[in-house]
Amino acid sequence: MTEGVQVVGLYVRDQDEALAFYVEKLGFRVHTDVGNEDYRWLTVQHPDQPSFQLGLFRPQPPSVDAETAKQLDRMVAKGAMPPLVMVVDDCRAAHQRYSGAGVEFIQEPVERFGSVDASFRDPSGNGWKLVEAR
Amino acid sequence: LETVPEAIEKWGGRVLSLTLPTAMLKLVGMIPRAVDLDPALLRRLLRAKDRIDVASHMAWTVADLAKISGVSSAYFARSFRAAFGVPPHRYLLTRRIERARALLRDTDLSIIDIAFQTGWDSLGTFGRTFRDITGESPTALRGIEQSAGHRLDAVPHCFVSDANRPDLTIAVSEKRRRAADGRNAPVKGGAS
Repeated sequence: MTEGVQVVGLYVRDQDEALAFYVEKLGFRVHTDVGNEDYRWLTVQHPDQPSFQLGLFRPQPPSVDAETAKQLDRMVAKGAMPPLVMVVDDCRAAHQRYSGAGVEFIQEPVERFGSVDASFRDPSGNGWKLVEAR
Repeated sequence: LETVPEAIEKWGGRVLSLTLPTAMLKLVGMIPRAVDLDPALLRRLLRAKDRIDVASHMAWTVADLAKISGVSSAYFARSFRAAFGVPPHRYLLTRRIERARALLRDTDLSIIDIAFQTGWDSLGTFGRTFRDITGESPTALRGIEQSAGHRLDAVPHCFVSDANRPDLTIAVSEKRRRAADGRNAPVKGGAS
Protein backbone atom coordinates (compact mmCIF):
# COMPACT_ATOMS: atom_id res chain seq x y z
CA MET A 1 0.00 0.00 0.00
CA THR A 2 1.39 3.41 -0.88
CA GLU A 3 -1.43 5.74 0.18
CA GLY A 4 -3.34 5.90 3.43
CA VAL A 5 -3.11 6.96 7.06
CA GLN A 6 0.37 6.35 8.38
CA VAL A 7 0.50 7.90 11.86
CA VAL A 8 -2.20 8.86 14.32
CA GLY A 9 -0.98 10.24 17.61
CA LEU A 10 -2.20 10.12 21.17
CA TYR A 11 -1.21 12.50 23.92
CA VAL A 12 0.25 10.68 26.90
CA ARG A 13 1.32 11.95 30.31
CA ASP A 14 4.64 10.10 30.30
CA GLN A 15 6.26 8.53 27.24
CA ASP A 16 8.25 5.90 29.16
CA GLU A 17 5.09 4.79 30.93
CA ALA A 18 3.13 4.77 27.66
CA LEU A 19 5.85 2.81 25.89
CA ALA A 20 5.85 0.17 28.64
CA PHE A 21 2.05 -0.02 28.48
CA TYR A 22 1.66 -0.37 24.71
CA VAL A 23 4.66 -2.67 24.24
CA GLU A 24 4.74 -4.80 27.37
CA LYS A 25 1.02 -4.99 28.14
CA LEU A 26 -0.62 -4.76 24.72
CA GLY A 27 2.11 -6.39 22.66
CA PHE A 28 2.84 -3.48 20.29
CA ARG A 29 6.32 -2.96 18.84
CA VAL A 30 8.39 0.20 18.85
CA HIS A 31 8.53 1.67 15.34
CA THR A 32 10.43 4.91 15.93
CA ASP A 33 11.91 6.32 19.10
CA VAL A 34 14.06 9.33 18.40
CA GLY A 35 14.57 12.76 19.89
CA ASN A 36 16.84 15.22 21.57
CA GLU A 37 16.69 16.82 24.99
CA ASP A 38 12.99 17.25 25.79
CA TYR A 39 11.63 16.31 22.39
CA ARG A 40 10.84 12.68 21.60
CA TRP A 41 9.10 11.27 18.53
CA LEU A 42 7.79 7.92 19.66
CA THR A 43 5.57 5.64 17.59
CA VAL A 44 4.51 2.04 18.11
CA GLN A 45 2.86 -0.50 15.86
CA HIS A 46 0.40 -3.28 16.20
CA PRO A 47 2.30 -6.42 15.10
CA ASP A 48 -0.36 -7.22 12.48
CA GLN A 49 -0.46 -3.69 11.05
CA PRO A 50 2.92 -2.79 9.60
CA SER A 51 1.62 0.19 7.60
CA PHE A 52 0.17 2.03 10.60
CA GLN A 53 1.92 3.75 13.50
CA LEU A 54 0.38 4.90 16.74
CA GLY A 55 2.19 7.98 18.02
CA LEU A 56 2.69 8.41 21.77
CA PHE A 57 3.38 12.10 22.11
CA ARG A 58 3.73 14.66 24.87
CA PRO A 59 1.84 17.92 24.51
CA GLN A 60 4.72 20.29 25.14
CA PRO A 61 6.35 23.55 24.18
CA PRO A 62 7.23 24.77 21.65
CA SER A 63 4.63 22.79 19.64
CA VAL A 64 2.02 24.13 22.03
CA ASP A 65 2.55 26.71 24.77
CA ALA A 66 3.02 25.55 28.34
CA GLU A 67 -0.49 26.46 29.46
CA THR A 68 -2.06 24.64 26.50
CA ALA A 69 0.13 21.62 27.26
CA LYS A 70 -1.26 21.56 30.81
CA GLN A 71 -4.81 21.82 29.51
CA LEU A 72 -4.20 18.94 27.09
CA ASP A 73 -2.82 16.82 29.94
CA ARG A 74 -6.02 17.57 31.87
CA MET A 75 -8.20 16.70 28.87
CA VAL A 76 -6.50 13.32 28.49
CA ALA A 77 -6.66 12.64 32.23
CA LYS A 78 -10.39 13.22 32.33
CA GLY A 79 -11.06 10.98 29.35
CA ALA A 80 -12.10 13.78 27.00
CA MET A 81 -10.08 12.58 24.00
CA PRO A 82 -11.73 10.89 20.98
CA PRO A 83 -12.73 7.22 20.86
CA LEU A 84 -10.19 4.54 20.00
CA VAL A 85 -11.13 1.08 18.83
CA MET A 86 -9.02 -2.05 18.60
CA VAL A 87 -10.36 -5.09 16.82
CA VAL A 88 -9.53 -8.62 17.98
CA ASP A 89 -10.53 -12.12 16.90
CA ASP A 90 -11.56 -13.16 20.40
CA CYS A 91 -12.49 -10.42 22.84
CA ARG A 92 -12.67 -12.63 25.92
CA ALA A 93 -9.25 -14.13 25.24
CA ALA A 94 -7.75 -10.68 24.64
CA HIS A 95 -9.39 -9.38 27.82
CA GLN A 96 -7.92 -12.25 29.81
CA ARG A 97 -4.48 -11.71 28.32
CA TYR A 98 -4.49 -7.93 28.80
CA SER A 99 -6.01 -7.89 32.26
CA GLY A 100 -3.52 -10.55 33.29
CA ALA A 101 -0.84 -8.11 32.19
CA GLY A 102 -2.37 -5.42 34.40
CA VAL A 103 -4.41 -3.40 31.91
CA GLU A 104 -7.12 -1.30 33.59
CA PHE A 105 -10.42 -2.54 32.16
CA ILE A 106 -13.38 -0.23 32.67
CA GLN A 107 -15.87 -2.64 31.15
CA GLU A 108 -15.64 -6.41 31.20
CA PRO A 109 -16.51 -8.27 27.97
CA VAL A 110 -20.22 -8.05 27.14
CA GLU A 111 -21.99 -9.86 24.32
CA ARG A 112 -24.38 -7.70 22.32
CA PHE A 113 -25.46 -7.12 18.74
CA GLY A 114 -23.80 -10.38 17.70
CA SER A 115 -20.37 -9.39 18.95
CA VAL A 116 -18.39 -9.12 22.18
CA ASP A 117 -16.83 -5.89 23.42
CA ALA A 118 -14.88 -4.61 26.40
CA SER A 119 -13.20 -1.30 27.30
CA PHE A 120 -9.91 -0.30 28.85
CA ARG A 121 -7.82 2.80 29.40
CA ASP A 122 -4.15 3.47 29.01
CA PRO A 123 -2.37 4.94 32.05
CA SER A 124 -2.87 8.50 30.76
CA GLY A 125 -6.65 8.11 30.41
CA ASN A 126 -7.07 7.41 26.69
CA GLY A 127 -10.04 5.08 26.33
CA TRP A 128 -10.01 2.03 24.08
CA LYS A 129 -12.85 -0.16 22.99
CA LEU A 130 -11.87 -3.76 22.41
CA VAL A 131 -14.22 -5.20 19.81
CA GLU A 132 -14.49 -8.69 18.44
CA ALA A 133 -14.46 -8.82 14.64
CA ARG A 134 -17.83 -9.71 13.19
CA LEU B 1 -24.39 36.17 38.26
CA GLU B 2 -24.98 32.47 37.97
CA THR B 3 -26.80 31.10 40.97
CA VAL B 4 -26.25 27.77 42.63
CA PRO B 5 -29.42 26.31 44.03
CA GLU B 6 -27.81 22.97 43.42
CA ALA B 7 -24.19 23.93 44.02
CA ILE B 8 -23.73 21.36 46.67
CA GLU B 9 -26.20 18.55 46.39
CA LYS B 10 -26.33 15.99 49.11
CA TRP B 11 -26.65 12.37 48.14
CA GLY B 12 -30.17 11.00 48.21
CA GLY B 13 -31.76 13.96 46.54
CA ARG B 14 -31.72 16.34 49.48
CA VAL B 15 -30.60 19.75 48.46
CA LEU B 16 -28.56 21.94 50.71
CA SER B 17 -29.79 25.39 49.89
CA LEU B 18 -27.23 28.03 49.20
CA THR B 19 -27.67 31.62 48.26
CA LEU B 20 -24.09 32.48 47.37
CA PRO B 21 -23.41 32.92 43.67
CA THR B 22 -21.07 30.37 42.07
CA ALA B 23 -18.46 32.98 41.25
CA MET B 24 -18.20 33.89 44.92
CA LEU B 25 -17.89 30.25 45.94
CA LYS B 26 -15.07 29.86 43.45
CA LEU B 27 -13.38 32.95 44.86
CA VAL B 28 -13.46 31.62 48.38
CA GLY B 29 -12.25 28.24 47.13
CA MET B 30 -15.36 26.21 47.87
CA ILE B 31 -15.64 25.07 44.27
CA PRO B 32 -12.30 24.35 42.62
CA ARG B 33 -11.92 25.65 39.10
CA ALA B 34 -11.39 22.95 36.47
CA VAL B 35 -8.27 24.70 35.22
CA ASP B 36 -6.63 24.32 38.63
CA LEU B 37 -7.14 20.58 38.96
CA ASP B 38 -4.07 18.39 38.86
CA PRO B 39 -4.08 15.87 35.95
CA ALA B 40 -3.26 13.05 38.41
CA LEU B 41 -6.41 13.91 40.39
CA LEU B 42 -8.47 14.14 37.18
CA ARG B 43 -7.26 10.67 36.21
CA ARG B 44 -8.52 9.34 39.55
CA LEU B 45 -11.83 11.18 39.19
CA LEU B 46 -12.16 9.59 35.75
CA ARG B 47 -11.78 6.19 37.42
CA ALA B 48 -14.84 6.93 39.57
CA LYS B 49 -16.76 8.19 36.54
CA ASP B 50 -15.86 5.00 34.67
CA ARG B 51 -17.27 2.97 37.54
CA ILE B 52 -20.56 4.88 37.36
CA ASP B 53 -20.68 4.31 33.60
CA VAL B 54 -20.37 0.57 33.87
CA ALA B 55 -22.71 0.15 36.86
CA SER B 56 -25.12 3.08 36.94
CA HIS B 57 -27.82 0.85 38.46
CA MET B 58 -25.88 0.66 41.70
CA ALA B 59 -26.74 2.87 44.67
CA TRP B 60 -23.46 4.79 44.61
CA THR B 61 -22.69 7.06 47.51
CA VAL B 62 -20.28 9.95 47.36
CA ALA B 63 -18.19 8.07 49.93
CA ASP B 64 -17.86 5.03 47.61
CA LEU B 65 -16.83 7.19 44.68
CA ALA B 66 -14.51 9.38 46.74
CA LYS B 67 -12.72 6.25 47.89
CA ILE B 68 -12.11 5.19 44.27
CA SER B 69 -10.60 8.61 43.61
CA GLY B 70 -8.65 8.65 46.86
CA VAL B 71 -10.03 11.95 48.16
CA SER B 72 -12.47 13.06 50.86
CA SER B 73 -16.20 12.99 50.10
CA ALA B 74 -16.54 16.75 50.23
CA TYR B 75 -13.59 17.31 47.95
CA PHE B 76 -14.77 14.59 45.59
CA ALA B 77 -18.17 16.18 45.07
CA ARG B 78 -16.65 19.59 44.37
CA SER B 79 -13.81 18.44 42.14
CA PHE B 80 -16.00 16.00 40.15
CA ARG B 81 -18.33 18.85 39.37
CA ALA B 82 -15.45 21.08 38.36
CA ALA B 83 -13.96 18.36 36.16
CA PHE B 84 -17.07 17.05 34.42
CA GLY B 85 -19.49 19.94 34.64
CA VAL B 86 -22.17 18.19 36.67
CA PRO B 87 -22.37 17.02 40.28
CA PRO B 88 -21.74 13.26 40.63
CA HIS B 89 -25.29 12.33 41.54
CA ARG B 90 -26.67 14.15 38.51
CA TYR B 91 -24.10 12.46 36.30
CA LEU B 92 -25.32 9.12 37.66
CA LEU B 93 -28.87 10.17 36.88
CA THR B 94 -28.03 10.93 33.25
CA ARG B 95 -26.42 7.52 32.91
CA ARG B 96 -29.49 5.81 34.35
CA ILE B 97 -31.82 7.68 32.02
CA GLU B 98 -29.65 6.75 29.06
CA ARG B 99 -29.71 3.08 30.10
CA ALA B 100 -33.46 3.14 30.57
CA ARG B 101 -33.90 4.73 27.18
CA ALA B 102 -31.72 2.09 25.53
CA LEU B 103 -33.66 -0.71 27.23
CA LEU B 104 -36.95 0.84 26.14
CA ARG B 105 -35.67 0.99 22.59
CA ASP B 106 -33.81 -2.31 22.35
CA THR B 107 -35.80 -4.71 24.54
CA ASP B 108 -39.37 -5.70 25.33
CA LEU B 109 -38.83 -5.51 29.08
CA SER B 110 -41.72 -4.05 31.05
CA ILE B 111 -41.41 -0.49 32.34
CA ILE B 112 -41.22 -1.70 35.92
CA ASP B 113 -38.42 -4.15 35.09
CA ILE B 114 -36.52 -1.35 33.37
CA ALA B 115 -37.03 0.93 36.38
CA PHE B 116 -35.56 -1.63 38.74
CA GLN B 117 -32.78 -2.70 36.38
CA THR B 118 -31.61 0.87 35.98
CA GLY B 119 -31.41 1.54 39.69
CA TRP B 120 -34.71 3.08 40.77
CA ASP B 121 -36.53 1.64 43.74
CA SER B 122 -39.89 3.13 42.81
CA LEU B 123 -41.76 3.03 39.53
CA GLY B 124 -43.34 6.39 40.29
CA THR B 125 -40.03 8.15 40.85
CA PHE B 126 -38.63 6.59 37.70
CA GLY B 127 -41.56 7.63 35.55
CA ARG B 128 -41.64 11.16 36.91
CA THR B 129 -37.89 11.72 36.64
CA PHE B 130 -37.79 10.18 33.17
CA ARG B 131 -40.55 12.46 31.97
CA ASP B 132 -39.00 15.53 33.56
CA ILE B 133 -35.70 14.89 31.82
CA THR B 134 -36.72 13.55 28.41
CA GLY B 135 -40.08 15.27 28.07
CA GLU B 136 -41.84 11.97 27.37
CA SER B 137 -43.17 9.16 29.52
CA PRO B 138 -41.24 5.88 29.25
CA THR B 139 -44.09 4.27 27.29
CA ALA B 140 -44.38 7.18 24.87
CA LEU B 141 -40.64 7.31 24.34
CA ARG B 142 -40.55 3.58 23.65
CA GLY B 143 -43.08 4.07 20.86
CA ILE B 144 -41.14 6.97 19.36
CA GLU B 145 -37.76 5.25 19.57
CA GLN B 146 -38.94 1.92 18.24
CA SER B 147 -40.68 3.45 15.25
CA ALA B 148 -37.74 5.75 14.46
CA GLY B 149 -35.37 2.95 13.41
CA HIS B 150 -31.74 3.40 14.34
CA ARG B 151 -28.57 2.52 12.53
CA LEU B 152 -26.36 2.83 15.58
CA ASP B 153 -25.55 -0.86 15.82
CA ALA B 154 -22.49 -0.11 13.69
CA VAL B 155 -21.11 2.17 16.45
CA PRO B 156 -19.33 0.64 19.46
CA HIS B 157 -21.76 0.55 22.32
CA CYS B 158 -20.01 2.75 24.89
CA PHE B 159 -19.77 5.67 22.47
CA VAL B 160 -23.49 5.48 21.73
CA SER B 161 -24.24 5.37 25.45
CA ASP B 162 -22.07 8.36 26.08
CA ALA B 163 -23.59 10.38 23.26
CA ASN B 164 -27.18 9.56 24.21
CA ARG B 165 -26.82 10.71 27.79
CA PRO B 166 -29.22 13.58 28.51
CA ASP B 167 -27.32 16.83 28.80
CA LEU B 168 -28.60 17.74 32.22
CA THR B 169 -27.09 21.13 32.85
CA ILE B 170 -29.55 22.01 35.58
CA ALA B 171 -30.86 20.01 38.52
CA VAL B 172 -34.03 18.02 37.91
CA SER B 173 -35.75 19.93 40.71
CA GLU B 174 -34.88 23.16 38.93
CA LYS B 175 -36.00 21.83 35.55
CA ARG B 176 -39.27 20.76 37.14
CA ARG B 177 -39.75 24.17 38.71
CA ARG B 178 -39.12 26.00 35.46
CA ALA B 179 -41.55 23.74 33.64
CA ALA B 180 -44.15 24.47 36.30
CA ASP B 181 -43.48 28.19 35.99
CA GLY B 182 -43.69 27.93 32.22
CA ARG B 183 -40.50 29.81 31.64
CA ASN B 184 -36.92 29.11 30.71
CA ALA B 185 -35.26 32.24 31.99
CA PRO B 186 -32.44 31.80 34.49
CA VAL B 187 -33.70 31.98 38.05
CA LYS B 188 -32.67 34.97 40.06
CA GLY B 189 -31.66 34.84 43.68
CA GLY B 190 -31.45 31.92 46.04
CA ALA B 191 -32.51 28.34 46.12
CA SER B 192 -35.92 26.79 46.05
